[in-house]
Amino acid sequence: MRKILVTLLFLLFGTSAFADCNIKSGSINILANDFPALRTFVETSKQCKGSADFKVTHSSEHNKIAVPALTANPSEFSARIAANSSIVPLMNQDLIRPLDDLVKKYGKGIQDSQLITIDGKVMAVAFMANTQHLYYREDVLKDMGIAVPKTYEEVVAASEKIRASGKMKYPYAAAYKAGWNLAEEFVNMFIGHGGEFFKAGSAQPNINNAKGVATLNMLKKLSELSNPDYLTHDSEAIKVEWESGNVALMTLWASRSGTLLDDEGDAKITAATKLTGPATVGGGNIPAATLWWDGFTLAKNRSDADAEATFRALAHAASNKKMVADAADQAVWLVEGFVPGPKSIGVIEAVKMGAKPYPMLPQMGLMHGALGSEIVEFLQGKESAEQALKDVEAAYISKAKEQGFL
Amino acid sequence: MPNKTFFWFFLPTGLAMILFIGLPIISTGIQSFYAQHDQVVKEVKKCDPFGCTVSIVVDNEETTKIRDAKPLGKFNGFGTYTDRNHLAVDEIKKFWNETGSFGAFVDQVTNLPFYKALIFTLTYCLFVTPNVLLLGFIIALSLNAVARKIRGPLIFGTILPMIVTPLVGSLVLFWMIDSQGIIGANIQNLMNDPYLSLKSSKTLTWITIIIYGIWHHSPFAFVVFYAALQTVPQEPIEAAIIDGASRFQRIKHIVLPHIYPVVTFVALISLMDNFRVFEPIIGFSAEGSAQSLSWLIYDNLVNEEVILFGSAAATSMMTIIGIAILLAPVLIRTWKEFKTAR
Repeated sequence: MRKILVTLLFLLFGTSAFADCNIKSGSINILANDFPALRTFVETSKQCKGSADFKVTHSSEHNKIAVPALTANPSEFSARIAANSSIVPLMNQDLIRPLDDLVKKYGKGIQDSQLITIDGKVMAVAFMANTQHLYYREDVLKDMGIAVPKTYEEVVAASEKIRASGKMKYPYAAAYKAGWNLAEEFVNMFIGHGGEFFKAGSAQPNINNAKGVATLNMLKKLSELSNPDYLTHDSEAIKVEWESGNVALMTLWASRSGTLLDDEGDAKITAATKLTGPATVGGGNIPAATLWWDGFTLAKNRSDADAEATFRALAHAASNKKMVADAADQAVWLVEGFVPGPKSIGVIEAVKMGAKPYPMLPQMGLMHGALGSEIVEFLQGKESAEQALKDVEAAYISKAKEQGFL
Repeated sequence: MPNKTFFWFFLPTGLAMILFIGLPIISTGIQSFYAQHDQVVKEVKKCDPFGCTVSIVVDNEETTKIRDAKPLGKFNGFGTYTDRNHLAVDEIKKFWNETGSFGAFVDQVTNLPFYKALIFTLTYCLFVTPNVLLLGFIIALSLNAVARKIRGPLIFGTILPMIVTPLVGSLVLFWMIDSQGIIGANIQNLMNDPYLSLKSSKTLTWITIIIYGIWHHSPFAFVVFYAALQTVPQEPIEAAIIDGASRFQRIKHIVLPHIYPVVTFVALISLMDNFRVFEPIIGFSAEGSAQSLSWLIYDNLVNEEVILFGSAAATSMMTIIGIAILLAPVLIRTWKEFKTAR
């Protein structure tokens, strides 16, 4: 009897640790990208769902679902985990609600630096930072007597040396899959060259210039050092390449470091996998990388009760010291109490080096889309860099005209 | 069947077709003539964990006002159809005046997204459709000749490519032709070129997709042809054998004329299917080298974070027109036959 009582008490006590949210009603439905840190974040918020309904959709196709799903009224999702780029279409279409009241009422653990404010209104609460940076194989570089590269020129030289030694056929890897991924690499490299995507104060494109050409030439050099199938490789595919030991230098998201350094796979490769900051390019001093935040936004077309329940659950995770301590190696958390570990080096270095955030402009999505398809032929050697950039600008202009930006 | 009976039989199907096919097409057509309103943007201060900047956002209050007044958008007429991402009328005129040789002109035109996609789509149709017909017919003839006992399992095996979901089928082949996959690695060894990749070369990607298309569509032609072969009367064939006709002559003069209407039917259906080629492009991650008209529509609707309804609608309408043009010869012929039969 006593045993049962103790167990019962323990159970009560055990659950009371999560019960501080005390959500009585409402329904929570979250749309999020699919990588480990986001899963941890959503799981943490689930702990405090109380008696609310709780549903979540993790999908790497989240960008394709978000706008239609949030346009419906009532919208399918009550919350969307967004990032710098994906918040823009939601803002353009007026699909997310300001969070000021909810932050005041329920957001006491959230730090001010986590709040994304636009025109003085809180539109999202960020909880992690991300960027793309270099990964290298310590053993390979040491064997060859190569110093850890700091610039993309050094990355090219190091990769050529490794290839010449016959050790690896394709020593470099980055997510160059035609479409969003390839465009993202262009954005990084272009910013590294000090480029601005639009003419000041307008939506007119500004990439067909020397900086654009230099960007394309660097991408081409790197692609020639990659697996010939690079145009079909996304982050997941190059992760597999790395784990098979085919690659010695790689540009990849910081948020993927956790899966690279876990116990799965060849222990030797894992032990030799080291992280460093993003590289610079073309003699520039800011890294050829963009800073990203991931944060949550709430759907406008959903009842206030659902928004409140959702906010309380997500705020619980966005201010959770236990989560950031337990999952310290999954992401660079922006939450109070986070102590950066060795896996956060990339992002921290990027911030130190003065990396720029991904441009949060209403028309940037159109530019990104045009880049993803129009620079492919240049990489395949079918077109000159100038022609490719001209095509990007022309494709962008048609789309921007249709969309009313020009 | 008297016309009246036919009418009542057809009514439910007809209504469903109007509701689910006719009306959406009309709505798409209307949408293709509209573009988004001019965006009203304003400068605001944006703050995120990396600092504050002054930048622009869409002014939602103003936009809502304009949208409520004219929910369809800004009337654009054929503007979307003629812009650079579709028919590119102005660009083509410019190329024609500027380029010296016809070859350079063609190069410039095929660099435009719509024409690039159109060329792939037509190439795919032209290679896949006849091969599907031919292969399907040969398989049907051969299977019709084997012993009845083993015919069942053989038929099942033959229609397997059609049972496999297109995406799964293309993914399987995609992995096999990977530079480390069974086909990809062997080709590298055979050619002695470690940088050869089926996926990075445009020509090889096209060939792969076309072969996949033939593999995937042949069973359909086979099933229909096989069924048709069962209806070929035996008497004329026996008579022909007695007259000393070879197998080829029998097929040419008896079997083919008999199943001719079915061949037309299969040709029609495969042309329509092939013109809308889409899944293999996604399955093979071939967006970089091969784009079809359907892929352009998909790209406008989902690949951008900003959805381009006008562009997608315009490409859809042009796809419908394209299919109509392709099918016109066959349809006209069927219509003529129908008239003479009466």
